Amino acid sequence: MSRLQIIRADRVQKTMDQLYEELAHRNAAAPEGNCAVEQTAALVGLCLAQSCGKCVPCRVGLDQMRRLMEKILEGEGTMEDLTMLERTARVTMDSSDCAIGGEAGRAVLACLQGAREDFVSHIEHKRCVADFKPVPCRRACPAHVDIPGYIALVKADRPADAVRLIRKDNPFPSACALVCEHPCEGRCRRSLIDDAINIRGIKRVAVDKAGHVPAPECSPDTGKKVAIVGGGPSGLSAAWFLRLMGHAVTVFEQRDQLGGMLRYGIPRYRLPERYLNEDIDVILSTGVEVKLGVRVGEDFTLKQLQKDYDAVYLAIGAHTWRPLGVAHDDAPNVFSAVQMLRDMGDGKPMDLTGKDVVVVGGGNVAMDVTRTAKRLGAKTVKCVYRRRQVDMTAQVEEVEGAIAEGCDIVPLKAPLRVEVDEAGNAVALIVAPQIPGPYDRGRPKPVNAARPEERIPCDVIIGAIGQVIDSKELADEGVPTKWNQLLSDEYTAFEALPGVFAGGDCQSGPSTAIRAIEAGKVAAANIDGYLGFSSTLPAPPEVPRATHQARGAVGRINMVERDPSDRSDDFDIMEIGMTDEEAKQECSRCLRCDHYGYGCFRKSREERVAVW
Amino acid sequence: MVKLTIDGKAVQVRDGATILEAANMAGIRIPTLCYLKDINEIGACRVCVVEVEGNQNLCAACNTAAEDGMVVYTNSPRVRTTRRVNVELILSAHNTACTSCVRNGNCTLQSLAQDLNISRIPYEVRYRQKNWPQDTPLIRDRDKCVKCMRCINVCDKVQGLGVWDVVGTGYRTTVGLRDGETINTINCSLCGQCITHCPVGALHERDDTQKLLDALADPDKIVIAQVAPAVRSAWGADAGVPQKKATVGRMVAAMKGLGFDYVFDTDFAADMTIMEEGSELLERMKGKEHWPMFTSCCPGWVRFVKQNYPEFLPNLSSAKSPQQIFGAIAKTWFAKALGVAPEKIYSVSFMPCTAKKYECDVPEVNDSGAKDVDLVLTTRELGRILRGSGQILEILPEADFDEPLGLGTGAGVIFGTTGGVMEAALRSAHYLVTGKNPDPDAFSAVRGMEGWRERDVKVGGATLKIAVASGLGNARKLLEAIKAGTAQYDFVEIMACPGGCAGGGGQPITDGVELADVRGEVLRELDAKSPIRFSHENPFVKQAYSEFLGSPLSETAHHLLHTDQSKWSI
Repeated sequence: MSRLQIIRADRVQKTMDQLYEELAHRNAAAPEGNCAVEQTAALVGLCLAQSCGKCVPCRVGLDQMRRLMEKILEGEGTMEDLTMLERTARVTMDSSDCAIGGEAGRAVLACLQGAREDFVSHIEHKRCVADFKPVPCRRACPAHVDIPGYIALVKADRPADAVRLIRKDNPFPSACALVCEHPCEGRCRRSLIDDAINIRGIKRVAVDKAGHVPAPECSPDTGKKVAIVGGGPSGLSAAWFLRLMGHAVTVFEQRDQLGGMLRYGIPRYRLPERYLNEDIDVILSTGVEVKLGVRVGEDFTLKQLQKDYDAVYLAIGAHTWRPLGVAHDDAPNVFSAVQMLRDMGDGKPMDLTGKDVVVVGGGNVAMDVTRTAKRLGAKTVKCVYRRRQVDMTAQVEEVEGAIAEGCDIVPLKAPLRVEVDEAGNAVALIVAPQIPGPYDRGRPKPVNAARPEERIPCDVIIGAIGQVIDSKELADEGVPTKWNQLLSDEYTAFEALPGVFAGGDCQSGPSTAIRAIEAGKVAAANIDGYLGFSSTLPAPPEVPRATHQARGAVGRINMVERDPSDRSDDFDIMEIGMTDEEAKQECSRCLRCDHYGYGCFRKSREERVAVW
Repeated sequence: MVKLTIDGKAVQVRDGATILEAANMAGIRIPTLCYLKDINEIGACRVCVVEVEGNQNLCAACNTAAEDGMVVYTNSPRVRTTRRVNVELILSAHNTACTSCVRNGNCTLQSLAQDLNISRIPYEVRYRQKNWPQDTPLIRDRDKCVKCMRCINVCDKVQGLGVWDVVGTGYRTTVGLRDGETINTINCSLCGQCITHCPVGALHERDDTQKLLDALADPDKIVIAQVAPAVRSAWGADAGVPQKKATVGRMVAAMKGLGFDYVFDTDFAADMTIMEEGSELLERMKGKEHWPMFTSCCPGWVRFVKQNYPEFLPNLSSAKSPQQIFGAIAKTWFAKALGVAPEKIYSVSFMPCTAKKYECDVPEVNDSGAKDVDLVLTTRELGRILRGSGQILEILPEADFDEPLGLGTGAGVIFGTTGGVMEAALRSAHYLVTGKNPDPDAFSAVRGMEGWRERDVKVGGATLKIAVASGLGNARKLLEAIKAGTAQYDFVEIMACPGGCAGGGGQPITDGVELADVRGEVLRELDAKSPIRFSHENPFVKQAYSEFLGSPLSETAHHLLHTDQSKWSI
């Protein structure tokens, strides 16, 4: 008689594995605005299906929770039921014998806390507060660009119209085609089948094929004047929309060139100047007046602007930095990422030839600096980070790209001090090894490992640990701030300062270009309203009708980059655009959620509530 | 042009045409349920699914564009099974008590099930019970709703009100009132367009037929009827009388057969409305205060103004609607002539309209000393009552309306179609200004089915800028244009339903077909054949003025025939 057997996955188990894989896809594409009660009840149902049934809270507790939620969903629940639900969830979390029940209880408790108003609405008003969003990419895009629309236009070989359609909501199609973090792809319904559409890649096809697309005609002059402080993506977006509405716009920019962090924060191998300049030239072609090299608080005051203009939009960005916060962080060869990238933007690159460079940080800026240092001739580049590599906030492809180009990632090392020579120059970064500890806000907190400190010799140290907003002068003039951030509301307005608006990095803290563009768009709409108008924008091109859906699984076309050995010592564009064939396939993968599903039903309504 | 093959037939259609349209051209009927052309093309019911060669899934013919080279199968085994299962699923969530449903015999779901030979529902049937107040003019039975969403889109896209919305999620998703409002609080005009565009019996008017039968059975009551113009253009449909035999005379005979003591005509009151409203127009033209003047015959429109544009209430003509003028005259002048107290008369109004049920119940509209109009029944309710009356309607000899309130002119009869009130008013205004009758067809330019039209018309020496709109979506656009200063008029006719009362929310339903146009034509023909075509020439109207009212806008007329809509309860 055999005592042991080799276990192989059977057919049923393989099918179940497949099912769970599909469930992961489904979760990835979960639409925004689903009913929280319904989703929680469904989750409990799934947990219950996974229960072994031994312990009471998991076996019975989960079932009772499901029944209570069904009752609430039927509009028959009471506030006592909600209390019962909470009590049961807590006990299931606290007393289940294993994590199957315990984690289920914890999840229900979290839903009850985070979405309480939804539960209460079902009980008190027999109504769901959920607001189902028919077109996931469009809702996820901060600027609400009509993504299925422009994909259809690219597919129909009308790239210029695609660019026009994008500009209806976002005047930076070229820059965004290369550097947008594409939150739109996050909830792409195509993930249910295979993978999200490569939306940014298709946008690049549009701008590359369209060439120069002139701006539409502006509305007749309204006689109103708006001052915009800051010529970055947020300020210029506001300028674009306000000009199209017929208002006169003057942009005040402290540097010698426009573009803000798109020019002074993003290296050119990612965003070549010609792409950025194309967007800016089109924006300026609407008749925006620009004053370069002038700084608020030095060359002019907010008070003056308030006097001379009908409204003011503050979009000064986040252009200073915080020091490393360790001993000798002020050594002359310790720099900040902001300094380094700003010099690049002005065409005055640092000379790092043959040097050993240490970069501190784990975000996208840290990667930009790391890869820029490599391109500036550094012998070695080490990116020191206090958490694990997987915890880096930089996009995965950025990290992988840096490694491929020969840079090193040195994870789990916390800077302790800068070691200097007699002349005061940094010669090494002393770090303390870390271990990943208990989770805090979704990732493990670094905790000191009981190991000796380490010495990383170097010639240059560059800190990329975050930017700071330089808002002192504005605060002195009475603009409300907290931790340097301008405290305008979600409409970009200040209750105490009528006619003054603020948005972008200076309001939100350092964020993405598309967030800054969103703020500029919101500001433009609300400034227009403040000035007493409800202006409309030129009609966008008509979108081709959806053809029948191709729902068979097809691979996603990812962007290709030049070979690391070829690209790592120049600043030429790194990413290679799609071929016609690739673009055609990628466009055909779009499920046209603007037409199928809820899209064709509620499209008209959605457009009505859109900003424009 | 697009060339494709459907069920082996080569078809050629315009670019952008749907598979459904292409199939129609090839003589192939694809069954539909939720589809409503241009209004609801959302592919929700999945009944119109077809197979497209090379496509993994079936697609909805109603909202998939025909493409060059497409090979489509509309009746393959896979399509037939899919269609059948989807209809079975719909039936499993539907109260299939067809025999007691108001749409029995005129239900798209019922005929679909028949066509697909479904004689049994293989699923457990589960639907939610009724939860609607049963005393409102408009009633929604959620046990019957198939979630086609047509009501939502008709109200939103055509009437511009958006009263209905999707509520609930998952399998509980259904139609409800926007923002959790109730039918008594929401800005519903009660136009009934959602009813006439419902494919099943989920939406209907409050059935008041028993109240009529009770009144007819009461020996102490003198029961009188008035019949609105548009009713006569459509009454046969629900009474089971072919359109050719559904004449006005036969309708009158059938109603007399029900036991009415008098069968009168709302057209009489329409003529009187013209006397009052026309005189009011000429009077108000002097000062042009609250200009332009709007017609006020349509209670759906009056509710719309009250709830959405109260600032325009002073612009409404203060003349009551023909229904209410009739009610006031019947219980005063006519009651006096009979020598009875107004309470003894039970006044019943047959209307192509659901909002009229609201209007007759407005407390502030009553001036005769009793309830001016006791009961309003829709054309559909009339049909139902007649079917049950035992009369073989088709062979009934024709009869005439009774005198005096049964005589209406051609001008009165066109009140039932868009532009008709305007035309009737212009005919008499011309007479009032010049002392001479115009050619009765002199103002034919105001006719048509365009949802919002404007004309310059000559009345005597003056040129009036007039506008006519039907459908509340168009009414909203017109009001917004006036507010924005981009439109200026002297006199505006508005009817809440597209095409006017002929397309009213109380009219018989033929699913998927808009009949306002052909019914309006019936009324136009009646006008053309009418011996009298001017309201001011109605002999009994004249008699009423000389015996009782004095002149238009006199004190008595003002008391009985005018109202202040701003004071109406909603």
